[in-house]
Amino acid sequence: MKKTLFDKVWDAHVVDSIEDGPQVLYIDKHLIHEVTSPQAFRELEDRGIPILRPEQIVATADHNTPTTNQHLPIKDALSRNQLNELSANCKKNSITLYELGHKNNGIVHVIAPELGITQPGMTIVCGDSHTSTHGAFGAIAFGIGTSQVAQVFASQCLLLAKPKSLRVTVNGTLKNGVLPKDVILYIIAKLGTNAGTGYFCEYAGDVFENMTMEGRMTVCNMSIEMGARGGMIAPDDITFEYVKGKEFAPIGSELDKKVAFWKTLPSDEGAKFDQEYFFDAADIEPMITYGTNPGMGIKVTGKIPINITDDSTKKSLAYMGFEQGESLIDKPINFVFIGSCTNSRIEDFRTAASFIKGKQKADNVTAWLVPGSKRVESQIIDEGLKDIFDEAGFELRQPGCSACLAMNDDKIPQGEYCVSTSNRNFEGRQGQGSRTILASPLVAAATAIEGRIIDITKHLN
Amino acid sequence: MKKFTTLVSSAVLLVNENIDTDQIIPARFLKATDRDGFGVNLFRDWKFQKNGELNNEFALNNPNYSGSILVAGNNFGCGSSREHAAWALSDYGFKVIVSSFFADIFKGNALNNGLLPVQVSEVFLKALFLKIKDNPQTEIEINLIDQKISVKDTVLSEDFEIDPYKKTCLINGYDDIDFLVASINKIEAFEAQYLQ
Repeated sequence: MKKTLFDKVWDAHVVDSIEDGPQVLYIDKHLIHEVTSPQAFRELEDRGIPILRPEQIVATADHNTPTTNQHLPIKDALSRNQLNELSANCKKNSITLYELGHKNNGIVHVIAPELGITQPGMTIVCGDSHTSTHGAFGAIAFGIGTSQVAQVFASQCLLLAKPKSLRVTVNGTLKNGVLPKDVILYIIAKLGTNAGTGYFCEYAGDVFENMTMEGRMTVCNMSIEMGARGGMIAPDDITFEYVKGKEFAPIGSELDKKVAFWKTLPSDEGAKFDQEYFFDAADIEPMITYGTNPGMGIKVTGKIPINITDDSTKKSLAYMGFEQGESLIDKPINFVFIGSCTNSRIEDFRTAASFIKGKQKADNVTAWLVPGSKRVESQIIDEGLKDIFDEAGFELRQPGCSACLAMNDDKIPQGEYCVSTSNRNFEGRQGQGSRTILASPLVAAATAIEGRIIDITKHLN
Repeated sequence: MKKFTTLVSSAVLLVNENIDTDQIIPARFLKATDRDGFGVNLFRDWKFQKNGELNNEFALNNPNYSGSILVAGNNFGCGSSREHAAWALSDYGFKVIVSSFFADIFKGNALNNGLLPVQVSEVFLKALFLKIKDNPQTEIEINLIDQKISVKDTVLSEDFEIDPYKKTCLINGYDDIDFLVASINKIEAFEAQYLQ
């Protein structure tokens, strides 16, 4: 039978099937962080169950960490306690932890790929919905709740019903200034926030084939925003090149063996998907969102839809302070955030720097740049990007999830707009009363320079 | 896990669609390291106005609404994987959430905590909205064994789907850890051939 990429990886990990019920799926890598793991550790301890495979778990501190003065003790007692508990739990259970300040520390979905922990054909889980990021390597990767974190601790497995399969194909050539973030915002705007629920999504077509790994990660990262548990892209030479030489990647003959196996993973020609969508790259333009879910996206030069009748959408527009039919061009913006597991990799900062170079940020703007990891932070400095950012008046902070979810002190004030490269524009997501406009690193950088939303396509060479 | 078989209760009505887990429990309340006590912060930023005063227009502050069933708009629980959302709803006192669509991860989290997500048709949900708006004391019966939701003293009722394995777990109060730990031999046998 012809199989999809998803089928191949899933089927290779099925330990057992319950009649009329879920399957027992084996998990290769379990990534954990401070926010969704403490209750799972405690549950196992209370039930007297040991952690089955601590060597397959990697921990990092990211959600609740400060992005300034990381060498100092954390001021907030609750945050400090949560991080201390992670350290104690990892130590007690012999789990590798990259704590604050460690050279491998950073956002969980940035560090695992850059360390070579993420590899094609794997099953990867984490108590975080953006675990879908790792699907960029042709892995099955998805977010889980804390009860499931405890299940993986106890058994290295999960009980799951096999999701249905969905394929989104985008062919053609992307226009100048259209980034991977625009591609995924476009797809979500077209399909809606629950089109993918119950599905695992494969992205196919030459747009994704020609994308860098960083771009593929941005796309797969936001699969959850259309409801899909995960997204996947077939592994190819771009994938193998990226993995090769990473700290935990296989080497020598082991690598050759793996690559030979990884090459068997792409969906078979003619494999059937439960649902398919096709888009043309030429139709995609730089995108922004105008509402309080990621599906409420328009091209940056577009207008907010009219004839909105449903109360939820009206409430959303009222929260954002926008009108039906309004254009967001020239809308003054005081906050810009470039960071998060969606867009905090080196390529994102290179893109921002190439636009910013030689320009000055607008006086009204507070512009935060938050690298996804210590490594990305070092690269920014080593490549001279920090100098560009400093000269332009941008603030380069230390790695972490930061203002994407505003668990730490990086909050956007009440009522303020923030053009943000993160993944969610939910009410209050970036701080109580904050209003998020999702965009690519290029649109975010341009907004910071101009102090207002502009038509980026008119400012490109 | 607590057992669940049947429930008769009035309901709280929250008509909004796409209610995300950031609304159910905002991120700033996720710093706790145990599972209890999240109920007080359930829908925190909808419960209070910007000036800190109680928002009397919000459903949970409406004294007419009561009971352990939450009836909510389409695509409930989208967004983050935080199980704190399910804990907050349970801790507040809800035992059942009724909607026409649930986000995947939330649904799983709810089931793992004995909080029953009941997915109904759009038509049934709209009918339920009208009934509850008309009379907030309307009693709703949830029968997990028969997989049926019905409005008391009316003909309004609908069957709902649930994974048979999950149904058995809820009725008996089992959770997945019990099952998986009992499967360790099979898992180790799988590893022995898989990891070669």
